[in-house]
Amino acid sequence: MDLLDNLALGFSTAFLVQNVLYCFVGVLLGTAVGVLPGIGPTATVAMLLPITFNFEPVTALIMLAGIYYGAQYGGSTTAILINLPGESSAAVTALDGHEMARQGRAGPALAAAAIGSFVAGTLATVALAVAAPPLARVALQFGPADYFSLVLFGLIVSIALARGSTLKALAMIALGVLLGMVGQDIYTGLPRFVFDQRELYGGIDFVSVAVGMFGVAEILRNLEDEQTRTAVVSRVKNLWPTREDRRRIVGPILRGTGLGSALGVLPGGGHVLASFTSYAVEKRVSKRQQEFGRGAIEGVAGPESANNAAAQTSFIPLLTLGLPAHPVMALMVGAFIVHGITPGPNVISDEPALFWGLIASMWIGNVLLVLLNLPLIGVWVRMLRIPYQVLFPMIILFAAIGTYSLSFNAYDVYAIVFFGILGYVLIKCGCEPAPLLLGFVLGPLLEENLRRALIISRGDASVFLTRPISAVFLALAVAALVVAVLPAIRRRREVVFAEDE
Amino acid sequence: MERRRSFPDVLAGGIFVLIGGAFVVGSLNYELGTPLRMGPGYFPLLVGVILAALGLLIVGKGLVAGEVLSFGAVPWRAVGVIVVAVVFFGYSVRRLGFVPTSAVTALLITLASRQVRWLTALAVAAGLTVASTLIFVVGLQLRIPLWGPWLSF
Repeated sequence: MDLLDNLALGFSTAFLVQNVLYCFVGVLLGTAVGVLPGIGPTATVAMLLPITFNFEPVTALIMLAGIYYGAQYGGSTTAILINLPGESSAAVTALDGHEMARQGRAGPALAAAAIGSFVAGTLATVALAVAAPPLARVALQFGPADYFSLVLFGLIVSIALARGSTLKALAMIALGVLLGMVGQDIYTGLPRFVFDQRELYGGIDFVSVAVGMFGVAEILRNLEDEQTRTAVVSRVKNLWPTREDRRRIVGPILRGTGLGSALGVLPGGGHVLASFTSYAVEKRVSKRQQEFGRGAIEGVAGPESANNAAAQTSFIPLLTLGLPAHPVMALMVGAFIVHGITPGPNVISDEPALFWGLIASMWIGNVLLVLLNLPLIGVWVRMLRIPYQVLFPMIILFAAIGTYSLSFNAYDVYAIVFFGILGYVLIKCGCEPAPLLLGFVLGPLLEENLRRALIISRGDASVFLTRPISAVFLALAVAALVVAVLPAIRRRREVVFAEDE
Repeated sequence: MERRRSFPDVLAGGIFVLIGGAFVVGSLNYELGTPLRMGPGYFPLLVGVILAALGLLIVGKGLVAGEVLSFGAVPWRAVGVIVVAVVFFGYSVRRLGFVPTSAVTALLITLASRQVRWLTALAVAAGLTVASTLIFVVGLQLRIPLWGPWLSF
């Protein structure tokens, strides 16, 4: 069987000593930043990206991927123990998870989250392995017009799923696209918007944008209101769930995995949406609806499985189309490109060891996460006591050093400050930073494919509607926009998300 | 929904109008080309106009039915200190070298917190300098001189 051969190739790559080691480093770091409030996977991956330039490509990607799904895992620990979701997707977990912790059942809650995540991660990895190759074959037939429409669709879906004002999210995308145009024009080589500064000819570095928007801006927000965090951490005992608990979590885990695997493919907040949807579904199908919000274990197992499954399948658009579904994926595009690999449908045939190695490493990473989290839960709890006064200088200093080491260009460091302040002001005004980042990464693709499609069609703009693939994506994009703007659906969306507060 | 004016919405819209407008003006300096063969200025002009238009809509909406009602406090001290510290790092890492630059930058950043005590600040700065030197220069072999040309006599 093809699939088995491929997986064998993958595991033989992923089990190389250095790959297991860096997979471990990745999930360890990921768990740590997931646990620590105030620093998320995006800023971490951005800071560590330069470090991975010396690695083998597959090793670099395995580690970066580990940080991403490790963080989804770590976020749930703090959500359960101190009602502080380290990651947005863990916000739902806090509802019932923290309630369970207050009733002295933190152990089973953590175990349900860990088991659910592991099962979901394993099944979603299989889904990824099965679904990616056929999708990549389809993607090979895409022309420039199709790519343009696909990218546009991706950008619009990402805001339809995001929270907050649709107008602002659209504006953030446009702003990101514009900022992505600084630097030399792809067709003529003419430097644009560089203010005669030679250092800007190469464009603004993506890492500076990510570190500024997600690192510095976040720290400024935390410094607004300085209170010594009184982390009342409940003691964790009786980790193993009872037989009754085990019986109750089977269904939610499987349903969560299915939902998460499907929704994770969508660009934008796929994993956040997955956990919210899973919670809503579990609440509806449960026979004990009144227990939800008062410590129902289903409310922990379902969403946790869903967000972990989504974290795995969000690699599908990246690996088959070269489209990042999440800011962390956008950073991984950078990691691919640095190593001379263009992410997209060709990766699977040109770099089979890398492709399957990365997929296999996710399963290994999930095993490592269970080992890291359940027995070592005490260590993570203790990490919560690190004072913020030590943490934030470390984040900023490491960010500055890491960004500088990208290309030894001081402008990359100045850009952190610029985007930190811009991001801080915009976030305070109710704008989400993620659409800007996706626009920044996808903007150049949008421009290149638009121009190429029009050159090929001799300036006939109807090509976007006459090519069936392109037409379908455009229609979907319009539908997504309507969904995001329509007031009736909007109100319902707010109800779903309101439970987050 | 109650009709009310929102300063943050107007500010956000204003920022978008300003930046979008700047890109529109900038892109007029480049060759626009035709839709068939777009010049370097065509796409930025298009997106710049879209951004400015969205900005205007946000301003308009903010004036009649705003969403975010309070902007909240700004930690001016933290903003100022972090800007100075990071710009200092970028400017002097090549000139002063890795160790002194990291130490000064770390010390400055710790002062961003209003609750910090001098002793804590010094300890954190010293610890971070040692840690970052070990991680980045010794461990990852970053090619930045430990002591820069300004310090070599």
